[in-house]
Amino acid sequence: MEQREQEFLQYVQDGGQVEVDDWMPDEYRARLRKFIEMHANSELMGVLPEREWILRAPTLQRKLALTAKVQDEVGHAQLIYRVVEDLGKPREQCFDDLISGKSKFHNVFHYPTKTWGDVGVIAWLVDAAAIISQKALLKCSYAPYARIMKKICWEESFHILHGRDVVLTMMLGTDDQRELVQEALNRWWGPLMQFHGNPIPADEDPTYQWRIKTQANDEARQQFLDGYVPQIWELGLTVPDPELRKDEETGRWHFTEPDWDELKSVVTGHGPKTADRLDLRRQARERSAWVRQVVLADAA
Amino acid sequence: MVSPMLRNVSEQGRAQLLLGIADDELILGWRDSEWTGVAPFLEEDVAFSSIAQNEIGHARALYELAARDLGTTADELAFDRRPAEYRCAQLVELRLPGWEHTIARHCLYEAADAERLARLIASDDPEVAGLAAKIDREEAYHRMHADMWFDRLSGEPRFQAALEELRPLATAIADPELRNGHTPDLAELLEVMTEVRRSQPPGTTW
Amino acid sequence: MTATIWEVFRQERKGQAFQHAGSIEAPDERFADWYAREQYGRRGESAALWIVPRDAVHPIEDFVDELNRNYHRVDGYPLKEKLKEARERAGTSAAAPDGS
Repeated sequence: MEQREQEFLQYVQDGGQVEVDDWMPDEYRARLRKFIEMHANSELMGVLPEREWILRAPTLQRKLALTAKVQDEVGHAQLIYRVVEDLGKPREQCFDDLISGKSKFHNVFHYPTKTWGDVGVIAWLVDAAAIISQKALLKCSYAPYARIMKKICWEESFHILHGRDVVLTMMLGTDDQRELVQEALNRWWGPLMQFHGNPIPADEDPTYQWRIKTQANDEARQQFLDGYVPQIWELGLTVPDPELRKDEETGRWHFTEPDWDELKSVVTGHGPKTADRLDLRRQARERSAWVRQVVLADAA
Repeated sequence: MVSPMLRNVSEQGRAQLLLGIADDELILGWRDSEWTGVAPFLEEDVAFSSIAQNEIGHARALYELAARDLGTTADELAFDRRPAEYRCAQLVELRLPGWEHTIARHCLYEAADAERLARLIASDDPEVAGLAAKIDREEAYHRMHADMWFDRLSGEPRFQAALEELRPLATAIADPELRNGHTPDLAELLEVMTEVRRSQPPGTTW
Repeated sequence: MTATIWEVFRQERKGQAFQHAGSIEAPDERFADWYAREQYGRRGESAALWIVPRDAVHPIEDFVDELNRNYHRVDGYPLKEKLKEARERAGTSAAAPDGS
C-alpha cells in the first residue's frame, strides 16, 4: 500500500471523518460505494414484501402505521441513493444494476410474507436487526453516510414500536392470532440469524478495516440475540433452535450455526422471491419512465 | 337487507352525509396508497404516500363522527359493511395503474372536494363545520400538489386524455345525488382490504 | 429542463441554528418545497426548513495561515505562567495555607 493510502487508513482507524470531496484511496471509494449502494437497494426492496399488507391492514390505525413505515423506507432509499450519487454513481444506473442482478440487497428481502403475523415479526425483529447495524454505522468514517444514519435510526425506532404493538396485540388475542405470530417467527428465524453476515473476524474484514463498518458481524448478531431473545421468550413464543442459549459466564449466546450457503445463494439472486420482486421493480420502472422524462428530463 | 348498524341512517342524515365523504376518502386513500414503493420516483413516492395517509386520516375522523351517531366504531364502518352499503363515488373506486390517470383523478377530486368542503365549513353543525375546516387545511396542500403536477403534465396528450375520460365521474363527488351504484373494482378492493380482518371473528382486536 | 439537487437545511426547534440535513432531487422550487416538507417534516420533526439549489451553495474549505497568526487563537495568550507569578507576588497564591 502506498504511503498516502497508509496514512488514510491510519486516519480513519483513528476515528477520522471523510467528506465527499476529500481524497480517498480507490479501494476505499469502491468498497464504500458498494456497501452504501447495497443498503439503498435493501431499503428499496424491503418495501415490496410489506406494501401488500398495507392494502390488507385490519384496522385504520394499522393501515396508517404500516403505510408510514413503508414510506420511511422509501425515504431512506432516497437519502442513501443521494449519498451514492454524490459518490459518482447516478440513481438510474443503480436501478439498472439492481434489476439486472449485478448489485445486491440484504437476504431478508428475498423471502415471502405470508400472513399478518409476518407484518408484526418483520417490523419488530427484522427492523431490530437492521437498527443494530445502523447504530454502528453512525460512526462510519464516511461522514455524509454517517449523518443520514441519524435520521434513519430515529425513524426505525418507530417501526420497532409498531411491530411490537402488532405482535403484542396478537399475543393477547385469539389462539389463531398467537399461532400466526409463532408460525411467522419459525419462518423468519433462519434469515434473521443470517442477516448480520457470516462470522468473519473484524481484522479480516476490509469493510471494518476502513471503518466503513464499525462493528464485526458476529458482534451485531450477539447484540441482537441479547436484546431480543428475552423479549421473544417473555411472550411465551419459542425460537426454532434447540441449541439457542446464553452462556451466563461468558455472556455469549450459543446457537445452531446458520446456513451460510443459503445466505450466499439468496444474496446472489436465488431467493424464493428475488426474481418476482426484481421483475415488479422493472415493470413499475418501465411504466413510469415517461413521467421521469417529462418531470426530471431523464433520458430514461 | 341493510346491516344492523345502518338501520338508523335514514333518521340520521348527518351520518349518511358523513359516510359518503368518509367512504370517498377511504377508498381514494386506499387507491393512492397502492403507489407506496412504486411511484415514478423516490421523492414523489414519499410525498404521495403522505397524501394517501392524510386521506385515510380524514376518513377516520369522519367515520368517528358518524360512528357516534350510529352507535358503532370507525373501524366497523370502514371495514365491516357489505360492498353495496358503501357510499363512495365511482371515481375513487377505479383501479388506475397509470400515473397519468392517478394524477388526473387527484386533480379532479381535489377540485370537487374543495367545493364540498366549502359547503360543509358553512354548515350550521359546529362539529361538521369544525372537522371540515381541519380537513380543508390539509387539503390545501393536496391542492398545491395537484396544481404542481397539472402544470407539469398539462402538455402531455395522455394526461389530457385521462382528464377527459375521468371528468364525467367527478361531478358525483360534490353531488351525491349523482351517485349510481358501484363498479366491480370496489368489490375486488374490499375483498383485499378486509382479507385479514375477516380471518378472525368480529370484535377481534388487531 | 433537468432536475436540480436542492440542499435542505433544517431547524429542529425555534431559536436553534439551521443545520444541513441532506439533499433532494426536484425539477423546480414548487416540487422541492413539497419534497423537502415531506422528507424532513412529515413527523413534525422540524420547526422550519431552508431549501437552496446546490449550485447556489458556495463552499469554502481552504484557509491560509502561513505566518502563524496566534493572536487569533487561544494559544496566543499564554496566561498560566504569568498568573502563577502574579499570585505569588501578591501573596494570593492558591498554594498559601492561610489563603492570604
